[in-house]
Amino acid sequence: MQLIECPYCGPREEVEFHYGGQAGVAYPADPAALTDEEWGRFVFVRANPKGRFEERWSHAAGCRRWFTAVRDTATYRFSR
Amino acid sequence: MTRVDGYGRVDRTRTLRFTFDGVSYTGHPGDTLASALLAHGVRTIARSVKQDRPRGVTAVWSEDPTGLVQVEEPFPEPMLLATTIELVDGLVASSIGGRGRLAEVPDTARYDRRYAHCETLVVGAGPAGLLAARTAARRGDRVVLVDDRPAAGGSLTGTERICGRDALDFVADTLAELRAHPDVRILLRTTAFGHYDDGFVLALERRTDHLAPAPQGLSRQRVWRIRAGHVVVATGAHERPIVVADNDRPGIMLAASARDLLHRYGVLAGRRVVVFTSDDAAYDAAADLAGAGAEVTLLDPRPVRGDSRSGDYRRSRGLVLGTGAGPDGAISHVFTDQGELPCDLLLLSGGWNPTSHLFSHVRGALRYDAELGAFRPGEALAGVTVVGAANGTFDLAGCLAEGRGETPEPLPRTNLVLWRTDGDPARQYVDLQRDSTVADIARATGAGLRSVEHVKRYTTIGTAHDQGKTSGVLASAITAELLGVPIESLGTTTFRPPYTPIAFAALAGRERGQLFDPVRTTALHAWHVARGAVFEDVGQWKRARYYPLPGEAGGTEDMDTAVLRECAAVRRDVGILDGSTLGKIEVRGPDAGAFLDMIYTNLMSSLRPGRVRYGVMCGLDGMVIDDGTVLRLDDEGFLVYTTTGGAAPILDHMEEWLQTEWPHLRVTLTSVTEQWATFPVVGPRSRDVVGALAPHVDVSAAAFPFMTWQDTEVDGVPVRLARISFSGELAWEVSVDGWHAPALWRRLIALGEPYGITPYGTETMHVLRAEKGYPIIGQDTDGTVSPQDLGMSWAVSTKKVDFIGKRSFARAENRNPLRKQLVGLLPLDPTVKLPEGSQIIEQTAELPPPPVPMLGHVTSSYRSAALGRTFALALVKGGHARIGERLTVPVGGDLVPVEVTGSVLVDPEGTRRDG
Repeated sequence: MQLIECPYCGPREEVEFHYGGQAGVAYPADPAALTDEEWGRFVFVRANPKGRFEERWSHAAGCRRWFTAVRDTATYRFSR
Repeated sequence: MTRVDGYGRVDRTRTLRFTFDGVSYTGHPGDTLASALLAHGVRTIARSVKQDRPRGVTAVWSEDPTGLVQVEEPFPEPMLLATTIELVDGLVASSIGGRGRLAEVPDTARYDRRYAHCETLVVGAGPAGLLAARTAARRGDRVVLVDDRPAAGGSLTGTERICGRDALDFVADTLAELRAHPDVRILLRTTAFGHYDDGFVLALERRTDHLAPAPQGLSRQRVWRIRAGHVVVATGAHERPIVVADNDRPGIMLAASARDLLHRYGVLAGRRVVVFTSDDAAYDAAADLAGAGAEVTLLDPRPVRGDSRSGDYRRSRGLVLGTGAGPDGAISHVFTDQGELPCDLLLLSGGWNPTSHLFSHVRGALRYDAELGAFRPGEALAGVTVVGAANGTFDLAGCLAEGRGETPEPLPRTNLVLWRTDGDPARQYVDLQRDSTVADIARATGAGLRSVEHVKRYTTIGTAHDQGKTSGVLASAITAELLGVPIESLGTTTFRPPYTPIAFAALAGRERGQLFDPVRTTALHAWHVARGAVFEDVGQWKRARYYPLPGEAGGTEDMDTAVLRECAAVRRDVGILDGSTLGKIEVRGPDAGAFLDMIYTNLMSSLRPGRVRYGVMCGLDGMVIDDGTVLRLDDEGFLVYTTTGGAAPILDHMEEWLQTEWPHLRVTLTSVTEQWATFPVVGPRSRDVVGALAPHVDVSAAAFPFMTWQDTEVDGVPVRLARISFSGELAWEVSVDGWHAPALWRRLIALGEPYGITPYGTETMHVLRAEKGYPIIGQDTDGTVSPQDLGMSWAVSTKKVDFIGKRSFARAENRNPLRKQLVGLLPLDPTVKLPEGSQIIEQTAELPPPPVPMLGHVTSSYRSAALGRTFALALVKGGHARIGERLTVPVGGDLVPVEVTGSVLVDPEGTRRDG
């Protein structure tokens, strides 16, 4: 049971959090301008690196705020 | 009796009575079941699982691989170690052949959970752990000290001296000092069984099993969830036997275990003792047992050494090769390289394995120490310190130094690493509980297995209750020997929690039965119960499913009868439903309309205050995730109704988009599900009932049109009326705050009495909506269904530039005319009700050979009072184009012919909604 640092509440147990996948995937400025393939990639495809990963978390059982955290997917360690 | 005067810490002034295998025995407070049995000379207490060989006690605490028993009294419990059962008056136990028997009566004991937070957690109250705890306490830390034994002191026997004093006095003084600290918590009889990330440790405290009778009101076991800044692992070491032929007989145990039996319980486990050791520690056992009156012969393969403890025992250089048994199956003699020796106890000691489980649980790497013949912690882990024997430091002075945080000079090793002697591999047991031998390992390596993890699973070595505490390293070593590779290249199998077996009851704690999951009830629950409602679980909610009336034969209506009656009453007169579980979210702010335009497929910002609009929500993939109505409250406020199951997920969905994509929108989201009770009053006479409730409101179709709402007051209580229909009938949803809900409901029932108002449940609601082709999200959809598939293109805006899911509608696959679409199905036989989930195939008189192409499946199926027949909704490939066609639904062995229809079967023209 890891402790995860909520930027608003401080360290809390991981069960209080909801995982939101890769961070920084911007919603396309003009979805209509994308090809089907480009749009499909935006909807379905996410990076899955081994190592440092910027990802979205929500303190779902706490303040319910979303935040971005950096985690090593091999060690699970959060670096900020 | 083998109890020796002057030894042991049991309370001999008191006598406890217990029964084992139907025979009555006595013991004393402080005994375990094992020590008490051994005190009576009972050496055989179990039989092995596969080979039915007699087994006794091999080790004296939780590492014992053999002494599993069934407890009958005070409460039936299978497969407990006799060595860890504290003796209580009236205990009844029996031997088992490997498999126990679960209780057939409910366990009435209570199990609970507590949390503890500390700077320093020390696991193990032996010399190293005590000093570590004392050091931390003196530093001002909050300290938790846990130990799985009933008393602190670890492996101290009372013969040692610490700081010039009797070691046990030192233990008592240190405990007293710790207890005087306000921030030190000492938990005895508490096993730290799992160590997880960031200093999280789970420990099981056994609170009442040593008390007879168990006190009322005290939980039997407690799981401690401990979060520590620093974890000190001071868990000691397990002695390792040397494998010899027939090493599984009763009367064969580890050397230190026999010594512990003598000093802790005053039990001399044998009179003619052979000690076979390649390590100095067993000399203490030889000397102590000889001092207590046993005739002891010690065999050691090493040349004579000067630093071994002397005593009244014979020592010679030699090897034990095997054992022989007497008529009772227990050991009677040993075969050595110099001949046969009679004995009634054989002690084996091949050295010590650090108990590094808690270090390994958090992925601490172990390193093979060739001098030690064991794996020990091999790296530094942040937040974890391993001290004492768990760290491979086996001398008392070294343990005390490490406990204080110092690094002692390592002592020179004098032991010889010896895994086994020559003998028949099929009789050399490695894992006694699993009856697994050296021959089994040879079979595994012969079959080509090269990894200890594979060998473990092939031979089952290390998979029993003890998880290989004494056998694991031996298995690695013998595997390495057979493969001709160094043991360090193989490593050990992975240590995983739990360290000792933990009862599921303890893990469940109080969260069982009624408390397994929260139960949510509406403000009207008591009314529903009094009315005899049958409930169904919808998520955590208890919803009234139907209200059976007394039947003709003295019973009550079955569901089919009740639902047909409720459906008919609603379409003929008027009915009332408790719809309070529907999710409600108040969306407020200057940008609320713009926000909802992105969330819903249709336009919401154009909705005027006082109006209601139905909306569909999709995910990015364009598939429907929820639906419901939206009330515009004022310029900046909307009340969004979600499905019952969607209340929490849709709020999360909205929050996610608002916070992560559109933080510039000035909108707040508030769940008001619990604040509003909502009752649909439905049917041709609903106008009369609602008109009577709110005489100041003009409820005519002209003044109160469909999809509008008005606030009013009833006896000074604010009440909201909304003309929304989930049945196609004239209907009002009447909403009020939860506090006033029961009174308002009763009033509606009373006002409806002249019109035959009928309370109806979720089952009738489902039938009424299905007759109108209204889908239930999650029943008629499964995350792969678009609004177009549901025939709801009308609810998808073509004007809006964008909304969640819009781009996906334009994907080629979403335009495929062969997508599954929602249609109605009418069985040609109007009495046949299709089971929901049934597959649909092309029309056929005979089932073709598989594979049979599946066209879709039945999503909803009911008997309709309005239609006087059965009907169903289904998702069918290209279904909209198939209306009028006949298809086949295989049901059991039958082929049911059905006709595809539109999904709206009752009142397709919509003539009933205005009454």
